[in-house]
Amino acid sequence: MKVYINGLGSVSCQEGTRNFKSADLTKVSQGLNQATQPSYKDLIPAGMLRRMAKGVKMGIYASHSALEEANITVPDAVITGTGLGCLIDSEKFLCAMLENNESYLTPTSFIQSTHNTVGGQIALQLQCMGYNFTYVHQNTSFESALLDALLQVQAGELDNALIGGVDEIGDMTMHFLQLAKKINTTDEVFTKGVNYGEGATFMVLENRLTAQSYAEVVDTDISNRIDSVPDYIKTFLARQSLTPNQIEVLVVGSNQTANDGTYYSEAQNICSNSVVETFKEFSGEYHTASAFGLLNACEMLKYQQLFSTGESKSIEYILVYNQFDGKDHSLTLLKKC
Amino acid sequence: MQERIVITGMGIISAIGNTVEENYNALLSGQSGVGELTLFESIHRETIKVGQVKKTTEQLIAELELSSDNNYTRTALLGAYAAKEAIANAGIRDINDRKTGLISSTSVGGMDYTEKYFFEYETTEASRKYIDAQGAGDSTDKIADYIGLKGFVTTISTACSSAANAVMMGARLLKAGKLDRVIVGGTDALSKFTVNGFNTLMILTDGYNTPFDQNRKGLNLGEAAAYLVLECEDIAIADGRTILGVVSGYANANDAYHQTASSENGEGAYLAMQKALKMANLSSNQVDYVNAHGTATPNNDLSEGRAMQRIFTDQMPLFSSTKPYTGHTLAAAGAIEAVYSLLAIQHGVVFPNKNFVTPMEELSIRPQTTLVHKEINTVLSNSFGFGGNCSTVIFSKF
Repeated sequence: MKVYINGLGSVSCQEGTRNFKSADLTKVSQGLNQATQPSYKDLIPAGMLRRMAKGVKMGIYASHSALEEANITVPDAVITGTGLGCLIDSEKFLCAMLENNESYLTPTSFIQSTHNTVGGQIALQLQCMGYNFTYVHQNTSFESALLDALLQVQAGELDNALIGGVDEIGDMTMHFLQLAKKINTTDEVFTKGVNYGEGATFMVLENRLTAQSYAEVVDTDISNRIDSVPDYIKTFLARQSLTPNQIEVLVVGSNQTANDGTYYSEAQNICSNSVVETFKEFSGEYHTASAFGLLNACEMLKYQQLFSTGESKSIEYILVYNQFDGKDHSLTLLKKC
Repeated sequence: MQERIVITGMGIISAIGNTVEENYNALLSGQSGVGELTLFESIHRETIKVGQVKKTTEQLIAELELSSDNNYTRTALLGAYAAKEAIANAGIRDINDRKTGLISSTSVGGMDYTEKYFFEYETTEASRKYIDAQGAGDSTDKIADYIGLKGFVTTISTACSSAANAVMMGARLLKAGKLDRVIVGGTDALSKFTVNGFNTLMILTDGYNTPFDQNRKGLNLGEAAAYLVLECEDIAIADGRTILGVVSGYANANDAYHQTASSENGEGAYLAMQKALKMANLSSNQVDYVNAHGTATPNNDLSEGRAMQRIFTDQMPLFSSTKPYTGHTLAAAGAIEAVYSLLAIQHGVVFPNKNFVTPMEELSIRPQTTLVHKEINTVLSNSFGFGGNCSTVIFSKF
């Protein structure tokens, strides 16, 4: 069965939930970049909003946006990915525990620290009793969710699924990662330092082609480590009887730092007919940032227009390739529908 | 008929033993692993009891022959230890000779080290190697590296149903032909973070957990890791594997009732069991044994008990919770209990629900309290977690 992306929504460092054109976006700054928070008050009662984790709010907003566009009230499944979950609450509980010698603790931040809080809260809000999974595998957290949903819709087990990636900046953790020279500071750029972001990107996968459909999700794959980029891409495309030169647009998760290694340039070399598009200069790096790249890819296919230049282009296939520092490689193939 | 998904290997380390055999012997002799917390300092040491693995972190590092500059957290160490046994048990010599995946699960990840070094990162450079080890996925990465696996690797975290969900995703990937075999399971080390978190929820007992007892007072936390090797039947046969059982059904549903509490009638649990039975093409009276989630919290056992009564009506099969042996091992629980379910099938035995004295007023069903030897063809195993996450996996005799 064919699987389509029929709704998109995001909360990111940018304004707006979708329909991004690079010319209208602001590049992230050196260091840490908070997501632009939309107004939640129409969506979430004020009493709940106060206690709700940032990741949950962003997830509810982005998923609402995607579901609304796909014209679905309650999805058959909610499948999320997150690198570190609701990190702010994890830090809050941890600090309180360490500072007060395990005394005077309250459960709220502990509860929200559980990795599947966003997925659970979305189900609770929607009263969705279907399948509910959360993947927490670093830079392939989102792609794991995508693959799970894709297989179930392909197999006819689900008609549709809400999938998403969400991560939030936790001040202390990010500060430690700056000490470890993995995230840049406002003063210093490290060899392997990235500019960090946060956000939530949700999508509706469905077995129907509709007027809203952005793209067909043909296939996706993840691998913890690979021996050769050309072989990885060729083998993946061969499953669909395609070759790299049939890819018109290659979206890569480049940070333009040493973490890129030669992976993306090797991908670019083998996909020799591709225009190369990047997105992390607008989303920042985070464990589920690749979902933002996939969102851009969906829009490029639907509007047949390049994200970077706004130029019209006839696009049949887009390949999205992400990895981080040689680990957690993922490929997603989208087709025009 | 669709190809069956079979289990060809298993490995486990828990409070009642460091191998499958040790776990089985403890279950037979009724020996519990729940006792004093000695793994770290805590103000709760005098008031709670936990299921600790009987190996120190240093012993685990030495036995896994890791270099001294490793940054494995205890969660990763336990996982690598159990995964190694599972692979050896299956008789796999080269992990990459077939397209193999790893799906692990954890709730605590590297929090046991984060909480130790949190205030040291600023001043002590040597501790910074653990900064990146906090993420849940890091433990899975370490396990993959330890067993030399290259390919599909991911991590699931849906609180206390995580490992059951890893079994499901593994089976799904095999059915879709994405993999030839997959190692699935979970690992969770004890941490001060989880001890205090569960303490704030007021669901820790000050004694020994008593599942399905009228006077149950809560759970004991435990630490453990367990993994199963799943393969497609034809590949397992072609490779000459010993087949330990079949994954015949599974389902996940959401209770959509409360972030941490289960609904009164156990709707999510009911749906998970119902859908899993449907997939297995079994009627409820064909189940020989239910390995219940049975955490011994007032809320879980009532909700699960009601859901079981709804599913099995007046033909409740033998059921027990094995948490009095191991404590509640959180994300690993579904894998621990998968191993116990397979042992029940293999040896034709139902493990008793220890510590049960007084039947619950609200329920007409009673857990099995003595060891029973009988033929077991089908075991239904439940795992439920925060976020309304309800999972059921059904194992059958090959």
